[in-house]
Amino acid sequence: MNSASRTRYDSIVIGGGHNGLVCATYLARARRNVLVLEAADRLGGAAVTREFAPGFRVSACAHLLHLMSPGLMRELRLEQHGLQLAHAALPTVALAGDGQHLAFAPNDLSALARASAADAAQLADWHALWRRLARALHPVLSATPPRLGTDAWRDRAALLGIGWRIRRLGRRDMRELLRIGGMCVHDLLEERFTLPLLKGALALDAVLGTNYGPRSPGTVMSLLYRLAASQGVDALSLPRGGLGALSEALASAARAAGAQLRTGTPVERILVQQDRAVGVVLASGEEIAAGNVISSADPKSTFLKLLGSEHLDAGFVRRVAHVRSRGLTAKLHLALDRLPQFPGLDTAALQARLLVAPSSDYIERAYNHAKYDEYSSAPILEVTLPTLVDPGLAPPGQHVMSVIVQYAPYALAGGWDAARAAFTARIVDTLARFTPQLRSSIVAAELLAPPDIEREFRISGGHWHHAELALDQLLMVRPVPGAAQYRTPVPGLFLCGAGCHPGGGVMGLAGRNAARQVMQEAA
Amino acid sequence: MLTESEPHYRQPLLKTPFHERQRALSQLDSFVAWAGYTTVDVFTSVEQEYFAVRNASSLYDLTPMVKYRISGSDALRFLNRLVTRDLRKLKPGKVAYTVWCDDAGHLIDDGTVFCLAPHEYRLCTAERQLDWLRASALGFDVEIREVTEEVAALAVQGPTSCRLLRAVGLDGVERLKPFEHAQFSMPRAAGGAAEIVMMVSRTGFTGDLGYELWMQPADAESVWDALMAAGSTRAVRPIGSRALNIARIEAGFILPNADFVSAAHTLHLGTERSPLELGLAWLVDMEKGHFTGRRALVAEMARGPRRQLVGLDIEGTKPAHNALLYSARSGRKEAGSVTSAAWSPTCKRNLALAMVDAAHIALGSQLWAEIYLNRELVWERRMVRARVVERPFFAPARRRGTPPADF
Repeated sequence: MNSASRTRYDSIVIGGGHNGLVCATYLARARRNVLVLEAADRLGGAAVTREFAPGFRVSACAHLLHLMSPGLMRELRLEQHGLQLAHAALPTVALAGDGQHLAFAPNDLSALARASAADAAQLADWHALWRRLARALHPVLSATPPRLGTDAWRDRAALLGIGWRIRRLGRRDMRELLRIGGMCVHDLLEERFTLPLLKGALALDAVLGTNYGPRSPGTVMSLLYRLAASQGVDALSLPRGGLGALSEALASAARAAGAQLRTGTPVERILVQQDRAVGVVLASGEEIAAGNVISSADPKSTFLKLLGSEHLDAGFVRRVAHVRSRGLTAKLHLALDRLPQFPGLDTAALQARLLVAPSSDYIERAYNHAKYDEYSSAPILEVTLPTLVDPGLAPPGQHVMSVIVQYAPYALAGGWDAARAAFTARIVDTLARFTPQLRSSIVAAELLAPPDIEREFRISGGHWHHAELALDQLLMVRPVPGAAQYRTPVPGLFLCGAGCHPGGGVMGLAGRNAARQVMQEAA
Repeated sequence: MLTESEPHYRQPLLKTPFHERQRALSQLDSFVAWAGYTTVDVFTSVEQEYFAVRNASSLYDLTPMVKYRISGSDALRFLNRLVTRDLRKLKPGKVAYTVWCDDAGHLIDDGTVFCLAPHEYRLCTAERQLDWLRASALGFDVEIREVTEEVAALAVQGPTSCRLLRAVGLDGVERLKPFEHAQFSMPRAAGGAAEIVMMVSRTGFTGDLGYELWMQPADAESVWDALMAAGSTRAVRPIGSRALNIARIEAGFILPNADFVSAAHTLHLGTERSPLELGLAWLVDMEKGHFTGRRALVAEMARGPRRQLVGLDIEGTKPAHNALLYSARSGRKEAGSVTSAAWSPTCKRNLALAMVDAAHIALGSQLWAEIYLNRELVWERRMVRARVVERPFFAPARRRGTPPADF
């Protein structure tokens, strides 16, 4: 480079979300000179805490931490970097219209047993099965997926490894995995459970953040995936200070390892010279050179906007353009001047994840609308009241309600600008069935529809996972063949975001896997 | 053209604007399908038609050639990322022969690119490519429109072709150099007010002096009539695709579905062909920046070709159609196969294009061709010598001379 005085970076990481920060930390710990460039004014991507009404702060996109594996959190020493949990394992409460709510947690099925002893026994068995499957599959998520059709020993060994782990489950579990792997979650729930409220709650976990309803094939896989990511624990935790506190801990870990982090510096494009990624051009016009460029942006943004089709083959570009990446999930934030009362639940019981998904059929009906670009007339909701355990997020005595809402199609017929107020009212009406005084306590409301998520978090399509988590977009075909091993067709350009294996949610494995791949290739 | 009374399923092939004139001259009524049109295979005799190409002038209807208009501010960037050559050097008034590949560096098709204006091009191909062109257009500000039916095209090829065009009033064509095109006009025979305006390019598929005329379909019959009238004393002859095939083999040009199958159509792994394997490395510009298939071709270049298309001079006079090739007369070890073959009346040589294994691609390599002969219904198998020779087999100086000789 022309200026010897300027720092020469080994790697530039585009995007300071959790995957970008994780990737940068591992690289910096391996003594690489790493620069992270974040477009927004704060780090964290979709794991941020920000004000949405004067004095009220909320985890603006993801609102629970449960997918990040304990192993990864230990390696990153996040506790030393300031991460505290306001609650380590929220129970789940399935809300019922008649006030006969159903509360359960993986380690406490007593309330469920009172409603149905048979279902409680089945659920214990169900949890045990998932834990065994998750333990077998978690290593697959922590490794670079093998390429198909190569002669390389590494690919063959990885494929054999996947087969071996499944075989080692034993005959009974292996058969069960193969049997249920492609099923829809509705059918599987029908096999085991009787309580509609329980089936609704379990089905919600399988479809939240996806483009599917409980009767869509592959929804058992998405549930399995969620559990495999958390090593079968699926403990729903709330970081103190919201998800932004996690990002601060990740940023602190990255800085401590020696990575440089710059915010408010959007990347305009990736610089390519002699068919190699050699740096980036910022929106300000500044050019920064680096040995390689690692993008945590979604695949469409990375390839079609930051890189440009002209550096890629036409067939590859077509595959990228066909990646299914339209979000169907919205987020509602409510600022409340008092704690809402839910008949049938005492205040302690509100320290939970409250679900509005009273049956699998209710979810499927909600999903029907989305197929035709309408929002659900009776949406499904995942509600948390983080201020109950983390009062600092709101003025004293006041509260924040954070609601994940489905289904809210990205390409809503008629557009979101005309529908935001009506959909917000629809969600509040739905909540009011369980907490009748809610409306009068609302000080402010903010609805983030998928296009808003796209804008605020710079995710094409506004999909949490950057690319739909479905069988056709997993493992060695995530996001597309030719870029599924964190490498891309352009030498020196890597991916490390949620669009890669193993995918999105606040998981962080894509960042760690990518760092390993970068070090392997640039050694 | 389709009419209301003739639904497409009754009459699936389109007729070109020259069809009625050609049907009247067709003695054998021998037509074949090409890209959705019916075109002439043979009018009277393949040999007579062939000699019109080499000794006088020939007319060949190439209207079915698929034509795309490519325009927009990114037209050049789009095309340069599509094809293997560097089209930044292609100025208005110029034509380039080129090929394009899929991601794996396998040939999809070959064709010509006409630069009509700074942001306007015409791409001519043997087969339809709209799907691939649209995939290639993702991320580019470019408009792609098929104009095949809007342009009638006629190839006028042969040593007297320039003289013939001037005889119908296309003044100035003699100044066209190879791979140039320009607008010309000619008077109407009936003495109509407006002249016939058309684009003429000095291009062709015969390896001889020749031109291609691109006109409005409404003018097609007038132009045909004028050429046939002016050519009556110059031995002009309409030709079919079989005569053209001999000429193109002599010129060493490849033909889809004869010498290669488009990677868009192959079903069996390993039957795709790269431009390097087809001996078209000279069309591949690795220095121009990225184009589709480039990385695969760089890798192929590094590991060396597995096989390559070569020209063969084969013993005897019997064309080695579809012959298998062997490294020794014993016929135990296959070394490749013939893709196109013809007895060349001009070279007086038995010629073939063949795909042979890398070990045998050097000039002068000796191979054996297995030819099956039908002698009055008695089949004979012959092993004859075949030698790898230079292509093109026939390249007369007149194909390049400007202005061409006057006849």
